[in-house]
Amino acid sequence: MRINCKQASRLISDALDRPLSKSEYLRLRIHLFLCGNCSEFSRQLQLMQKAARKAGRGE
Amino acid sequence: MITPELIEAERPYLLRYALAQLRDRQAADEVVQETLLAALESRKSFVGKSAPRTWLTSILRFKLIDAVRRQSREVPLESFEDTLDDADVDALFDASGHWQHAIREWTGPEQELVAKQFWEVFERCAQVMPRRTAMAFVMREVIGMEIADICNNLGITATNCSVLLYRARMSLRECLEIRWLGGGAA
Repeated sequence: MRINCKQASRLISDALDRPLSKSEYLRLRIHLFLCGNCSEFSRQLQLMQKAARKAGRGE
Repeated sequence: MITPELIEAERPYLLRYALAQLRDRQAADEVVQETLLAALESRKSFVGKSAPRTWLTSILRFKLIDAVRRQSREVPLESFEDTLDDADVDALFDASGHWQHAIREWTGPEQELVAKQFWEVFERCAQVMPRRTAMAFVMREVIGMEIADICNNLGITATNCSVLLYRARMSLRECLEIRWLGGGAA
């Protein structure tokens, strides 16, 4: 079953906090292969997290 | 060893950090005082392996976690129904669940801005977030707490916690895009 961008964006966020189930992981990976917008969204969330953590360490 | 003056010089930074988390001037002041005092008392143990700011921040983080625990017991947070209103996230997608607007690529300058001016960006953007949403974000992304601890501190389930984090990330990303990076998509 295919997921849409809204569902994918939620999984991208969840993946920063918990391991995804196998089916979640597979659906998301496939979606990311096909969707440039969500791939970029995923990169941006990771970048924001990295920046926040760095700020949190006082660096 | 570090001088009291160097410790004191970091007060504004620490206050900003604490304020972003607690959203309460008085509570933030108190936590910063506790931190400064703890640092002054143990300044002999500072050996300069890390920058003073990094050392002070690590003390502040422990104090903040305690303060958040106290705060979530004492201060009633807004009703959870409010924070689960999905309208803001829904607006980003069309009826079939596709992005309303293409996600513009962040290249070098954008990445640099996010990394270098994180506090400035967060302070402004968090103003439009419900308080609990912003708190969840700071606990997870800034302090790096585990989900289970965040749920405990906020008194919510893991699922609701991940909803809050999702909404916070969406909101921050959108705010960055529109207000800082000049995307102006929405």
